Amino acid sequence: MERPLTQYIQANKPPMNLSEYEKVGGYKALHKALKEMKPQEVQKLVLDSNLKGRGGAGFSTGTKWSLIPMGENAPAEKYFICNADEMEPGTFKDRLLLEGNPHQLIEGIIISAYAIQANKGFIFLRWAYKKAADVILKSISEAYSAGYIGNNILGTGFNFNLYLHRSVGRYICGEETALLNALEGKRAIPRAKPPYPNISGLFGKPTTMNSVETLSFIPHIVNNGATWFKDLSITGEGGTKIYGVSGKVKNPGAWELPLGTTIREIIFEHAGGMKNGFTLKGFLPGGASTDFLTEEHLDVNMDYASLGKVGSRLGTGTMIILDDKTCPVGMVHNLEHFFAQESCGWCTPCREGLPWVEKILFSLEEGTGRMEDIDLLLFHAKHLAPGRTFCALAPGAVEPLQSSLKYFRDDYIKHIHDKRCPWR
Amino acid sequence: MINIIIDDKEYTVTPQKSLLEVCLSLGLNLPYFCWHPAMGSVGACRQCGVKSYKDEKDTKGRIVMACMEPVREGMRIGVFEDEAREFRAGVSEWLMANHPHDCPVCDEGGECHLQDMTVMNGHAYRRFHFKKRTYRNQYLGPFVNHEMNRCIHCYRCVRFYRGYAGGRDFNNFASRNHVYFGRHEDGVLQNEFSGNLVEVCPTGVFTDKTLKKHYTRKWDFTSAPSICTHCGLGCNVIAGERYGSLRRIRSRYNGEVNGYFICNRGRYGYEFVNHEKRIKKILIRNTLGDLEETDKETVMMHAAQLFSARAAVIGIGSPRASLESNFTLQKLVGKSNYFQGVSGREAELMNTILGILRKGPARSPSLKDIEKADAVLVIGEDVTNTAPMLALALRQSVRQKPLEKIKAMNVPEWQDAAVREAMQQEKGPFYIASCNETNLDDIATKTFHGSPDDIARLGFEVAAHLSATAPRVSNQVSEMPALAEEIATALKEAKRPLVVSGISSLSTEMIHAAANVAWALCGSGKRAELSFIMPEANSLGTSMLGGKSLDDAFEAAVRGRAETVVVLENDLYRRTAKDTVDKFLDTCKNVIVLDYLKNETTAKADVIIPVGTFIESDGTFVNNEGRAQRYYQVYLPSDPNLMESWRWLGEMIGQVKENSKPSMNNFADFTNALVDSYPEFEDIKEITPPPDFRIAGEKIPRQPHRYSGRTAMLANIHVSEPKPPEDPDSPLSFTMEGYRNEPPSSIIPFYWSPGWNSVQSINKYQIEVGGSLHGGDPGKRLIEPDPKSNYKYFTDIPEAFKIRDNEFLTVPVYHIYGSEEMSNLAPGIASLIPKPYAAMNPDDAGKLKVKKGDEINLIMIDQSYRLPVEIKREIPKGILGIPVGLPGTPHYVLPAWCKISGNKT
Repeated sequence: MERPLTQYIQANKPPMNLSEYEKVGGYKALHKALKEMKPQEVQKLVLDSNLKGRGGAGFSTGTKWSLIPMGENAPAEKYFICNADEMEPGTFKDRLLLEGNPHQLIEGIIISAYAIQANKGFIFLRWAYKKAADVILKSISEAYSAGYIGNNILGTGFNFNLYLHRSVGRYICGEETALLNALEGKRAIPRAKPPYPNISGLFGKPTTMNSVETLSFIPHIVNNGATWFKDLSITGEGGTKIYGVSGKVKNPGAWELPLGTTIREIIFEHAGGMKNGFTLKGFLPGGASTDFLTEEHLDVNMDYASLGKVGSRLGTGTMIILDDKTCPVGMVHNLEHFFAQESCGWCTPCREGLPWVEKILFSLEEGTGRMEDIDLLLFHAKHLAPGRTFCALAPGAVEPLQSSLKYFRDDYIKHIHDKRCPWR
Repeated sequence: MINIIIDDKEYTVTPQKSLLEVCLSLGLNLPYFCWHPAMGSVGACRQCGVKSYKDEKDTKGRIVMACMEPVREGMRIGVFEDEAREFRAGVSEWLMANHPHDCPVCDEGGECHLQDMTVMNGHAYRRFHFKKRTYRNQYLGPFVNHEMNRCIHCYRCVRFYRGYAGGRDFNNFASRNHVYFGRHEDGVLQNEFSGNLVEVCPTGVFTDKTLKKHYTRKWDFTSAPSICTHCGLGCNVIAGERYGSLRRIRSRYNGEVNGYFICNRGRYGYEFVNHEKRIKKILIRNTLGDLEETDKETVMMHAAQLFSARAAVIGIGSPRASLESNFTLQKLVGKSNYFQGVSGREAELMNTILGILRKGPARSPSLKDIEKADAVLVIGEDVTNTAPMLALALRQSVRQKPLEKIKAMNVPEWQDAAVREAMQQEKGPFYIASCNETNLDDIATKTFHGSPDDIARLGFEVAAHLSATAPRVSNQVSEMPALAEEIATALKEAKRPLVVSGISSLSTEMIHAAANVAWALCGSGKRAELSFIMPEANSLGTSMLGGKSLDDAFEAAVRGRAETVVVLENDLYRRTAKDTVDKFLDTCKNVIVLDYLKNETTAKADVIIPVGTFIESDGTFVNNEGRAQRYYQVYLPSDPNLMESWRWLGEMIGQVKENSKPSMNNFADFTNALVDSYPEFEDIKEITPPPDFRIAGEKIPRQPHRYSGRTAMLANIHVSEPKPPEDPDSPLSFTMEGYRNEPPSSIIPFYWSPGWNSVQSINKYQIEVGGSLHGGDPGKRLIEPDPKSNYKYFTDIPEAFKIRDNEFLTVPVYHIYGSEEMSNLAPGIASLIPKPYAAMNPDDAGKLKVKKGDEINLIMIDQSYRLPVEIKREIPKGILGIPVGLPGTPHYVLPAWCKISGNKT
């Protein structure tokens, strides 16, 4: 089984430096792309590979790139941004790549920037990823010395400067357009789309943004081609995916597996199954902002389309397991506390709705819940929906809420009826 | 025009608008909060959610925000269907969750947009039963009260304060459900337009602090359409009265003039009307030399005696009095004995401007036109302090040029956040030449600081770069030629270039230079506009009436031709040097003063006649654009002797010349007589309906139908309700009875529409939201340019400024709070008036060995002043900036040379 992203990452060992990376074929793709391919050819290759954004939304990377104005009439200033603001609760897959193989990411960024002809790039990094910041800074500096970043890269005339920006630590900064505002030094509130960042992005200039996992694929696609990439997956969506599992399993962690691996395989083979004494009650398949699934969904393939069909999302691909010894209401309260706290305060439903939801869930846990609260929770689940809120934060926040009301409603009722949390 | 379907009904609507604008223009009651017609859409509040359907087959649809959705041909929308209503009611519920619900004790109650929208959405039952969020309030100065707990986080305040008005000391802080709107710490809001927060805020977070001291609910005001009197721009305002005192001023929408906003001087200067210095009695000097109260008949007889004895009588008019009052004075004393109430210098400048506007090819723009200018040159004006709302318009104008590019990116103009993002810091060309720093320097492409003469020279040089026939400046120094060329290029490349100048520096050459620049642009086929700033509400109007100046009046007195002088609403001591006025008033045997406030001139009067301010009078002003605008009496004073100046003067004419039978009785008679004598004013007959105008046989009421306490408010004086007073001068009635629907645009006493109690009800009065009022915006332009003008360039280029060894050139420095006579008497404004000072360049301070705060003695013309030093880097060497109009500083005699003696204390 091929594991292009993680093959050179070894647990508890420092990442490869530049020469070690070059020894295993590093920066070959950069030579190939810059010297042998036109920017549009790189775009075409990525489009053909069917690579989809691994950050959560699953939008085709090649399509995204193709929307950037190119040619002589395009604005001279364009930006390329790597979104490394991984802050979703339970998600730690980008950290693995950032700390484990920084040059792979940097090479991917340079090639991608070349593909859209951007001369300036930023890595927007979660504030808490201090170790990642160290290795990235070191690697960027190595890449500068080797002439992979800077002016006239590899003598091709392509100029590209790359900067590391460390976020101030708000979840909303990971939202594409809020990230742009944060990077400009403004309040991290999202922007309305249209105009999309490809037209008016960072500082009002055309901008493309991809996540760490997505960009780390780029050198491999350039080296091995679109067909190779497509053939990596089990269910035709192309590539591998870093899946993660956290919760009461025997072997929590993250693994690079073919896209489309079944949930059962991930939980019971790679994560080793449930710890002794714990039973699987449900799980959030793609991180904190995806809908709960339960045992009946174990044979679903973990990919974009299959999870969509059963009413959830691939999201970041990192599962959170709910076991029978943990209160589902308490778990959802914990999640909603996070989302309410991380609301930017811009739009009414999110700013006022999520704290209300949090307060209700807390009162349920405290034993002061009322029957009407179920309706209020459903009201929020219904109206904190895409298009009704300004960005995707609140709709994501209510995904675990609405699905828990679907699968674990009896537990909610029991809280109200017993006037206490049955798990306490 | 395009067609859209709303709730299965087809409508033809204007394209390129947001769906919200379109719905509101159609008269549909679609609730909103964060959108503002002057500031566009940002999509924050989510209140205007509607259902949008992809096509005929789409039965599900999806909720979209009307404010963020461009209207498209054939689009299908559901505004009033259940799911959209349910969502909007949900937004109300969220907003009300933490709102204190303190309407009974909230100053916004009864005119609160949040109340209106909550009711409109049908949200009536509270489900939120947790503890509400609370905030700490701030002290924000004398104008604006802060009550953060009421906030619904629509972000309008911060968007207005920072984005629209360019303020810096106000912001949004923190995040999630604890976003805070205020200053970084308690303190006076620095922006000159901060008072608009009380109208921009949809609820009671920001309320009028001056109103709070004599609070009245909206429905209890008697109000009338009025015109602001605190500068020459003529912003439209609504004035509200209760219990015989003026309670507040609000902006009155005029799409061509002030739009939705007014400045703080205009909003808060009103309290002079209630001032203890008000003249309320007829006073006559007795044989002992003391002023004593008398009655109307006595004073009329006295006046008749003075006038009929064939004695020399002169009249001195005033640029703060109405056209009608000035004209009636002229009629009383005869045209040759009438003098404009301004100094010779000012009269000459005003005449020059009038000539330029009447005969030249450049048009005088409205404030709305100024907002649309795409390249601007300001010659010698500190606009923020001499004509504040013009500065606000200029702040919008610098966005015009970059906006063109953004429109080409397919970003709609109304999508404010996206426009500002794409625009970044980019600004259109905007050049300021002034003696000192100005509050617009932050948006200027470049600034030039020089003496008035050097500023004029720069202007002349710009004109020379634009036209080969315009005169060139010789003996140039410093960086001027390159700058002039740069400015000329920018103006030439613009579609709507604008030149702004004015009389604040009392420099004819500056005005000539400004005309040369505008004319040179017109000559090359540009639609160039030329705006002159004037100090007073009727500066241009009185100047159009003509007449000699105060200097000539002084001369006449010396020659014995002014035994009796009638002074109309004018404190002569604010016009020229004290000694000159003293001498003049001493020479005149009889000084009759008509005014509303005691001042230095009334102190010298033999007869004082109490007259109405703009609040107790009807009248017409001509603003700096040349737009004649009518203001209406708000309430009838209880004292019958407190009359409009024109009525007093008219009765005097009756007494003196027409054997007690005056031919002019109501306001229309005076206007008609004015037009007969001055055909140029013909159009003022059309600015408003005549006094006998009725709709369905009814007058327009000054009081809303919810006006309360009418039978009780005077019950302590008399048990029976007094007969409602008549208004012979206008179609407005003083009571709540009358026509309830929308009146013609010039006589809107207050905004109200069923369901819309707040100021947002303006939407219902406009043809399209944000556009003109139904029937057109009020006022008539009296002066239009002559496109075929045979103009000749002015050639009086002054010599370059030369620094003198032992003298300084003192130039006037203006302050929004302090330089205007009447507003200075309002306590809030008075508290912000700076202490007098003398501002100088650091080099000069070094030479004089003085530092900030040291006091120096200035000897200027005939007076000496002791002032503390201010250091200003921008003031050129050899020049001293002195604030004018403040207590303790000179009035309108600058620039002048002065000597400095006795440094330090």
